[in-house]
Amino acid sequence: MSAGAPRGPGMRARFYAELDPVLAAHPDVDVVLAVIGAGNLAPVAARHPGRVIDVGIREQAMIGVAGGLALTGRRPIVHTYAPFLVERAYEQLKLDLGHQDVGAILVSIGASFDASTEGRTHQAPADVALVSALPGWTVHVPGHPDEVAAMLHAEAATDRRVYLRLSTGQNRRPWAAPDGRLVTIRPGPPEDPLVLAVGPMLDTVLEATADLRVRVAYTATPHPLDAAGLRSLAGPTPVLAVVEPSLEGTSAAAVAAALADRPSRVVHVGVPRDAELRRYGSAADHAAAHGLDAAGVRRRVEELLGARPGLLAAPGGPDPRAVSPSR
Amino acid sequence: MTTTALAPDRVRDLVARVTGDEKHDPSAHSTLDVVRVLYDRVLHVDPDRPDDPDRDRFVLSKGHGPASTYAVLAARGFFPAAWLDDVASWSSRLGHHPDRTLVPGIEIGSGSLGHGLPLAVGMAIGLRGRSPARVVVLVGDAELDEGSNAEAIQVAGRFGLANLTCVVVDNHSDGYGWPGGIAARFAVEGWTTTDVDNRSDDRLAAALNRRDADRPTAVVVDTTRGSEVVA
Repeated sequence: MSAGAPRGPGMRARFYAELDPVLAAHPDVDVVLAVIGAGNLAPVAARHPGRVIDVGIREQAMIGVAGGLALTGRRPIVHTYAPFLVERAYEQLKLDLGHQDVGAILVSIGASFDASTEGRTHQAPADVALVSALPGWTVHVPGHPDEVAAMLHAEAATDRRVYLRLSTGQNRRPWAAPDGRLVTIRPGPPEDPLVLAVGPMLDTVLEATADLRVRVAYTATPHPLDAAGLRSLAGPTPVLAVVEPSLEGTSAAAVAAALADRPSRVVHVGVPRDAELRRYGSAADHAAAHGLDAAGVRRRVEELLGARPGLLAAPGGPDPRAVSPSR
Repeated sequence: MTTTALAPDRVRDLVARVTGDEKHDPSAHSTLDVVRVLYDRVLHVDPDRPDDPDRDRFVLSKGHGPASTYAVLAARGFFPAAWLDDVASWSSRLGHHPDRTLVPGIEIGSGSLGHGLPLAVGMAIGLRGRSPARVVVLVGDAELDEGSNAEAIQVAGRFGLANLTCVVVDNHSDGYGWPGGIAARFAVEGWTTTDVDNRSDDRLAAALNRRDADRPTAVVVDTTRGSEVVA
């Protein structure tokens, strides 16, 4: 997947479609909304009276209500745009769920720069890092609608705190292991460098590294990271690139902890954290500006491999998009 | 439910074991009469079954004044009164803000203001139609500054949560006051409201026991007019 890869309502539509069977299979599940999605879910709400709870445009109340529901034994699924779900109500995540020691499944749309035409207000590339900074959360970054469905059904049966990040970017086929373990996508000699792709970055990574001598692994559950799997795959002297669709370095601490006992060279590729990209355009435009298209990912991997960094200079000459990321 | 009356003097003595002196700590004592009357005459709770799914829920949102709640819970037998003697020490389950995972009878961990009412709304939605339990949440007049309360007041009103009661302990600590009164902010959102003070246990209990069939109730308790029991 690169700039031209399928971007559409795939995961979001699948999430809405799965809620009816989830509500039917799990009598303790409720859905909590803050208007976003309420129209799409009107038929589901009609089939399950009282179990689709739209609190209006009140995101603090949305998480507070979810916490209260969980305190009475309900299993809330909470859904809206990522910036409003995670950032606007961050203290509610910390206190109304975490501190109360209750669970919920938070399902976001508007991943990273999916809402490219909406501007910064509707973008939250820090979502995974923020949720991962709180105790007791599991973060899923699925790369395919089938993975969304499997994760939703599996987590509905637990009482855990779960963040499920849906994106318009997706891979051509599902790969995720149900237990969150790393999956080897492109095997190779164990001494070859490893590129770990998170969620919807996999097809971009495969395209970017098609003719490079690297192995490729995949996870759709970056937190908690499969540390044992990473140690096993990376070997005694890891040369590793971690390619994430969210804030650059989101998984850096987990990777460093996993590899603390061995000399390693690691590069983290993601949405730059040092500048706000004040441009609109498509999500593909943003991916290119952030170095998260196939060409950008290839540059970073080549740097890791020691190839000449200028080998694949950005075409088209100076572009204001290219000056924003600091690399 | 046990029906042993909670003697005000005994509860005050227990509060003093928490606060460490005989003086009146305003944040602790402004809530005492309300919490004592709730556990004496209003709530259906059983210290032997603190996890009973049909228990009434008392949600202390104003978590910075937990001494009175700790004292009443100890008096009702939720935990030994000895716990009151070393509050906030390393080995204590009782802190300056309560933690529901550490203390039997504490329904939420609180401290940061403006979280109890939204949680209580979620509890009321979760219990409605499934349990006879009611949810009583206690907030302070200054705590109402937090905008999250406005969201919760609106949601509870629109959803007609008849199993929810919000008690506002009004010790006039809010810096800017509430022009038009606190109760009006609930009434306009469809709540049934009562203004009362803490000079009479009977009147307080009547206000707290008042319920409506199709809407939540708010009880604004002015605690600045004195108490019928003077230490």
